[in-house]
Amino acid sequence: MNIVVCVKHVPDATADRRFEDDGTVDRVGVDGLLSELDEYAVEQALQVRERLGDDSEVTVLSVGPQQAVDAIRKSLQMGADKGVHVVDDAIAGSDSVATSLVIAEAVRRIGAWDLVVCGMASTDGSMGVVPAMLAERLGVPALTLGSSVEVEGDIVRIRRDGDTATETVEATIPLVMSVTDQSGEARYPSFKGIMAAKKKPLETWSLADLGIGPEQVGLSAAWSVVQSTEARPPRTKGQVVTDEDGSGAAALVEFLASKKFV
Amino acid sequence: MSEVLVLVDTLVDGKVGKPTLELLTIARRLGEPVAVVFGEASGVTDVLASYGAERVVAVDDTEVREHLVAPKAEALSELVEKAGPDLAAVLLPSGGEGKEIAGRLAVRTGSGLITDAVDVQAGADGPVTTQSVFAGGYTVQARVTRGVPIVTVKPNSATPEQARGAGTVEAFRPTVSDAARGARITASAPRQASGRPELTEAAIVVSGGRGTGGNFEEVEAFADSLGAAVGASRAAVDSGWMPHAFQVGQTGKTVSPQLYVANGISGAIQHRAGMQTSKTIVAVNKDEEAPIFELVDFGVVGDLHTVLPAATEQVRQRKG
Repeated sequence: MNIVVCVKHVPDATADRRFEDDGTVDRVGVDGLLSELDEYAVEQALQVRERLGDDSEVTVLSVGPQQAVDAIRKSLQMGADKGVHVVDDAIAGSDSVATSLVIAEAVRRIGAWDLVVCGMASTDGSMGVVPAMLAERLGVPALTLGSSVEVEGDIVRIRRDGDTATETVEATIPLVMSVTDQSGEARYPSFKGIMAAKKKPLETWSLADLGIGPEQVGLSAAWSVVQSTEARPPRTKGQVVTDEDGSGAAALVEFLASKKFV
Repeated sequence: MSEVLVLVDTLVDGKVGKPTLELLTIARRLGEPVAVVFGEASGVTDVLASYGAERVVAVDDTEVREHLVAPKAEALSELVEKAGPDLAAVLLPSGGEGKEIAGRLAVRTGSGLITDAVDVQAGADGPVTTQSVFAGGYTVQARVTRGVPIVTVKPNSATPEQARGAGTVEAFRPTVSDAARGARITASAPRQASGRPELTEAAIVVSGGRGTGGNFEEVEAFADSLGAAVGASRAAVDSGWMPHAFQVGQTGKTVSPQLYVANGISGAIQHRAGMQTSKTIVAVNKDEEAPIFELVDFGVVGDLHTVLPAATEQVRQRKG
């Protein structure tokens, strides 16, 4: 089975994330890393390959600036077989619609694919819409928000924990799948994996390689526009008391009563 | 006046949820609400009309309900085309399904998409949305510049207000492609009703984390004394103590209640992303160094296993 995993290089959530003047996310001035939620996608792709135990291959695909190659390297260190990095200055500022276009064309160029695996959302934009958009563009079924994954011949099956029900959903390959952080802890790269990753093939593609014009992507082609961004004032720390012989509960209830919650 | 399509969220026990009434209230700021219901609509027409629905489109869901998301997106896309260029917006609930329908609809109709709005107002160039991003650290205002604005809206983004609409019911039978029927639902286990308020809609949320040690009884009892919903941190969910549907945080629910009480939760960024915009935050934690205390309006350094039962008892006494 030919598996493609989509990964995103995102600003570190524990760092001081911010916006550029044009309303796009600052992706250069803030340390970045492989989006934590995409590690689960890499893990599930590797597990599918391992369970099949045949000549299945995992290709890791990332669209993003130069530094995004770090996210691909990390995935190769975890065990993916090869990498594709789509990088082009014109892509900066793309919205989800344009991003899904670039990913779809890159998946088509990888060719002969059976399964595209995505994380449930990025940890920066966190819209969670790209997997569905990708399936729409590729004209294949989508199994989204899987918390467990099973492959049986040509059929992929997931468990999906929805708000109103837990469902079992299945489809025949080729298909797009997204997995949640409930799907299983992602592995750490081993020393052997880190050494092996250095020799794995990594291709760099431009928009021209994908037959996409620069006018189709980027900030100026976005179908929505950010009018303003404003940092929320930090919360001011309130009173903290230490419980001694029941004083904590009394003070807590007194506080709730003062705010009319009791 | 131009129309606004409102996707009515999946009915629970045949009833319309509060988020749908919020969507209808928001839709009236932008135009005439048209409620789109998948499945039997006769039981809900009156409530939809009483919150402003001029029309109620009842979509025949025989080709839809066995499948995941895609057929609903195709049906909505047909309705968008039928409505023509005069359509002011499409509003959808911001859950996993609503966002995926919105994403597909954006691609199909060549329209811009904004997800997870916490407010939507009419503007000179179309609806202006407010979003809370970067774990609640920033507020962003945005608008769609191409096609029909497609906006998913979070629960608790408006106070539902009644305003009688005509509520004219129309049946609609969508054309569903073979491709959209590709993902088949082969089994479904409905979630058990807890009898407590919905997590994302509740005015008060009481959550438990690692510090509960796996025993949520004290958290649940305190929640019940306050009439609150129960939430859990990712650590508690990963430990198998609570189902994922209760998880508050980046990969669970985002809540923005009047009062959030975090018990035995350290307050990692993943958790803060889901509760940071709550009006009042209270925490109980044994560790006085826990980062959650940086956010609180009131905190108790203490063992939740002793603090919560005592507090529960006192709340009950005060309420008589």
